Amino acid sequence: MSIIQLSVFLENRLGRLDDVLQILKDNNINIRALSLADKANYGILRMIVDNPEKCITVLKKENVSVNFTSVVAVEVEDRPGGLHEVVKLLVEGGINIEYMYAFVEKTKDKAVVVFRVEDIEKAEECLVLAGKKVLEKEEIPF
Amino acid sequence: MDKFEVEWLPEKELKRIQLERLRNILKYVKEKVPFYNNLFNEKKINIDKFSSLDDLKNLPFTTKSALRDNYPFSLFAVPVSQVLEIHASSGTTGKLTVVGYTKNDLKLWSEVMARTLLCAGVKKGDIIHNAYGYGLFTGGLGFHYGALELGIPVVPVSAGGTKRQLMLIEDFKSTVLTCTPSYSLCMAEEARDMGMDPSKTSIRLGIFGAEPWSEGIREQIEREWNMLALDVYGLSEIIGPGVAMECPGKKGLHIWADHFLPEVIDPETGEVLEEGREGELVITTLTKEALPFIRYRTGDIVSLTSEPCSFCGRTMPRISKIKGRIDDMLIIRGVNVFPSQIEAVLMNIPEVAPHYQIILTREKHLDRMEILVEVVEDVFSDEVKKLEEIEKKVLSEIESTLGISVSVKLVEPKSIERSMGKAKRVIDLRQGGGQCP
Repeated sequence: MSIIQLSVFLENRLGRLDDVLQILKDNNINIRALSLADKANYGILRMIVDNPEKCITVLKKENVSVNFTSVVAVEVEDRPGGLHEVVKLLVEGGINIEYMYAFVEKTKDKAVVVFRVEDIEKAEECLVLAGKKVLEKEEIPF
Repeated sequence: MDKFEVEWLPEKELKRIQLERLRNILKYVKEKVPFYNNLFNEKKINIDKFSSLDDLKNLPFTTKSALRDNYPFSLFAVPVSQVLEIHASSGTTGKLTVVGYTKNDLKLWSEVMARTLLCAGVKKGDIIHNAYGYGLFTGGLGFHYGALELGIPVVPVSAGGTKRQLMLIEDFKSTVLTCTPSYSLCMAEEARDMGMDPSKTSIRLGIFGAEPWSEGIREQIEREWNMLALDVYGLSEIIGPGVAMECPGKKGLHIWADHFLPEVIDPETGEVLEEGREGELVITTLTKEALPFIRYRTGDIVSLTSEPCSFCGRTMPRISKIKGRIDDMLIIRGVNVFPSQIEAVLMNIPEVAPHYQIILTREKHLDRMEILVEVVEDVFSDEVKKLEEIEKKVLSEIESTLGISVSVKLVEPKSIERSMGKAKRVIDLRQGGGQCP
């Protein structure tokens, strides 16, 4: 049910992000959501793309270090308190959030929040039981 | 092929040969090399009074600067017309050091290289894939001559063109790989990128040298290639490769002391150290014609033992694996640091690759040491805290080994330049200290 997120290790030097994005563009890979964790010496680019398998292959071929992990993507009402409801469900379920980021769905009046958690199945269960819509891979609109 | 019985001579007999040869070479250099004639006169050294090997300690050292000052041929003991082959090595600083070989020197080189190959366990049926550079560098031709002397097929592939090298190994079913240890790892990496498994090749034995390498690197090479990896020692000033070689017992390198007389000295005081203590290796060539050396300071840090080898029984003295080079030794805020110490630490941390680079800078008159370390691709994580943990682990282990504070920077896998020849591990940007990359 979960969604594949790619993470790319980026050395902190001029043009490195540009290099990676150029590779995606040249291979016709679309990014749906991304977040960047920045440290003094390096960053981690996390992305949800339309074709993760192809993306991993082309990045590896270009010697970019890339890894993947599963994340939970859940629809959130685009109104005050929308995100709070979802986070509260996870907290009550005893689920620790490593990090999260959001994007807005083009076609609907909803936002999508991506959560990275240890226990994905449990997180999804908490959310689904409370009537939240957890997105499947095919449901991410590209 | 067992014709080199000299390697099993009783110590007393060996010493007798050494003394006889030493007395001859002293006469020879005094007569033929103005540099030594002047040096002996200046230091009031009477070589006729030389009665035991112990007297050696009263003779002056020869350093690399003698070669530079006498560039190109002034240290030669023979006219250039009697020299058959000339090699040169690029000193990291300043002029080339030039060495020459007479016909007899080439015979000697072939002999000691044949002994080196035998000592490593090369035998009939082997094919040597020789990826040491052919050319001015002595590595390529030295191994080549040894193989010819023994009558073992040699593929003179030289360094570079890694994909082609791997193809040749596969097609020719070569069994012995000779190159620098770092290049063997570079080849293994390339092999995997090509979808080839280096552990499944026909290579069974590797003879690696020309740069210091740790036991950890040895284990890695042996694992990745599924081979026995042995250490060879040499330097062009003495003869090139073929000065000393490990046997498969890995109990230190047997130095061919009937031709190359070793001593270990304290690099600061010049005093000869007792056996087992670590110091700078000094070699006197006993039989060389074109470029004989008396007490040549190699700059390599080793210890020496004359105990017969418990594995092969050779009585030739043994030197330890090279711990480092005097000129590689970094002085960081007054503390002596060898890059090999850092390598040893990294080998024990599975999350990082043993590829590293040291960058030295000076900030407010204080030396700063930054170590770039590659993250292993498989463990790279999307979580910052995991990367931070790796960084901290590397940092604390290096600091506790070196006893100084350093900074560690994780870099992308394969981003540190791989070398075909000697690996460039240190970039010294301190003013007056070394050169910029």
